[in-house]
Amino acid sequence: MKENLYQYILGIADNSLILGQRLGELCGHGPSLETDIACTNISLDLLGQVRNYYQYAAKIANDGRTEDDIAMLRNEREYLNVLLVEQPNTDFGYIIARQFLFDVYHLMFLNELQKSNDLTLSAIATKSIKEVSYHQRFSSDWIKRLGDGTEESRSRIQSAIDELWTYTDELFHLTEADEVMVSEGIGVDVTKLKEHYYKKVNDILEEATIQVPESKYFQKGGKKGIHTEHMGYILTDLQYMQRTYPNMEW
Amino acid sequence: MSEEQIKNLEEQFEARIARDEKIEPKDWMPEKYRQTHIRQISQHAHSEIVGMLPEGNWITRAPSLRRKVALLAKVQDEAGHGLYLYSACETLGISRDVLYEQLHSGKAKYSSIFNYPTVTWADMGAIGWLVDGAAIINQVPLCSTSFGPYARAMVRVCKEESFHQRQGYEIMLKLCNGTPEQKEMAQDALNRWWWPSLMMLGPTDDASVHTEQSMKWKLKRKTNDELRQQFIDQTVPQADILGLTIPDPDLKWNEERGSYDFGEIDWDEFWQVVKGHGPCNKERMKARVGAWERGEWVRDAAMAYAEKQQERKEKQAV
Repeated sequence: MKENLYQYILGIADNSLILGQRLGELCGHGPSLETDIACTNISLDLLGQVRNYYQYAAKIANDGRTEDDIAMLRNEREYLNVLLVEQPNTDFGYIIARQFLFDVYHLMFLNELQKSNDLTLSAIATKSIKEVSYHQRFSSDWIKRLGDGTEESRSRIQSAIDELWTYTDELFHLTEADEVMVSEGIGVDVTKLKEHYYKKVNDILEEATIQVPESKYFQKGGKKGIHTEHMGYILTDLQYMQRTYPNMEW
Repeated sequence: MSEEQIKNLEEQFEARIARDEKIEPKDWMPEKYRQTHIRQISQHAHSEIVGMLPEGNWITRAPSLRRKVALLAKVQDEAGHGLYLYSACETLGISRDVLYEQLHSGKAKYSSIFNYPTVTWADMGAIGWLVDGAAIINQVPLCSTSFGPYARAMVRVCKEESFHQRQGYEIMLKLCNGTPEQKEMAQDALNRWWWPSLMMLGPTDDASVHTEQSMKWKLKRKTNDELRQQFIDQTVPQADILGLTIPDPDLKWNEERGSYDFGEIDWDEFWQVVKGHGPCNKERMKARVGAWERGEWVRDAAMAYAEKQQERKEKQAV
């Protein structure tokens, strides 16, 4: 099996899976019907993309595991998503901040993945770009509304950005599998996206009258399967049926 | 306007309805027609929104990615139905905020079925199959109701509901063709959802206060008892295909009537839930009110931002 490619796909897909799962928690509890529908929509897009990635991963693994086995039957240390996406839905400010900080990265990443030598990954990227452009527009618009809205909304979104900022640097780390994939022209060299990312993020934050955090201390670990304490609970929900009723079809 | 003029208008109005013409928001209408429609359409909208909660309860725990995506899409459809129904209601001169207030204060009702808990995955199947099934029976006649915006909203709602019902039935079918444990889960869900689904079609005709007037305005085409019978006759053969047993020892085919006879419905339970004392009434309201209150600062921010943008535009124009 192409172990590096397999790991590389999981690294991409797990981000969308965990963020999609987080957004799924919100369905029916949003601040308005319109935002509720929009967040569900983003969750649906991400999980749709996830299915494409895991189906491809299952094909590469070629050991009888299905997309659901890969999505739901790994142990916590085997999930490779960044720490950012597992952060909780503390309030709508955090939800938007988390989304925005991920979307800007995600869109840049997919634009590059489109150029991959691997035709399946390139096709998934092309298909996903339209959706993720919409996600970025939605979250950027809300960053501006909350930043330049009321005093309360500015203070809430500022706290969310301040708190989540520490998880942004990890987006640009390369794992060993990533490095091999970059060298083979399959993977994206995310280190090259970093400057452009912070420029874009800073521009939008400034437009939204939000202060760009100055902290230089960053968290990492997700890409190596070392997660925050939230992760176990996310997986408890995600895996509940598959763990309780093994080997059944639904 | 003189009494005679009003009487005249009323006669013309009733004649239009009798000719199957649609009444549009700008047309003259009797106050009672307006109020009845606000009550029914908002109740319907609230049911969609509260109805998101019991199913939303299983989104994070859906057993496969395919099911998770389908469930998300379904609950999102319900939010969409809520949106167009609130919009249809707003054409009658009431705002969405006031309608929410009526829901949150308990003044407005929503379908009682959503006050039952969803305790296993099979409940996602049973709700789609039975609850959406009963809803369709209620709603299909509304596609030709007299108030234009409501009728048009219902055409779209019904299309999506019948898709949801098929999806629910398919979940049940998969369980019934699965392991004994899965089939047992399906039977248990049917046992819990059967009677509440029958109650969903409303009190018996002799206890229903709005039927007569609603029939006249085509807000209703069949009585509650007729709809209930239709639901039972349609659903029993579907249960047979699944190999499940309807939890009613008195259920029996009546050759003479060409329909199923069925057992006594526990109307005490029905009224208990309607009056706010069902298993989840309090949780459902807490969830709705909580979401609304937690969202207040967000809605305020959006409003303030829109005003600032407008001011900036006006300044630029000067």
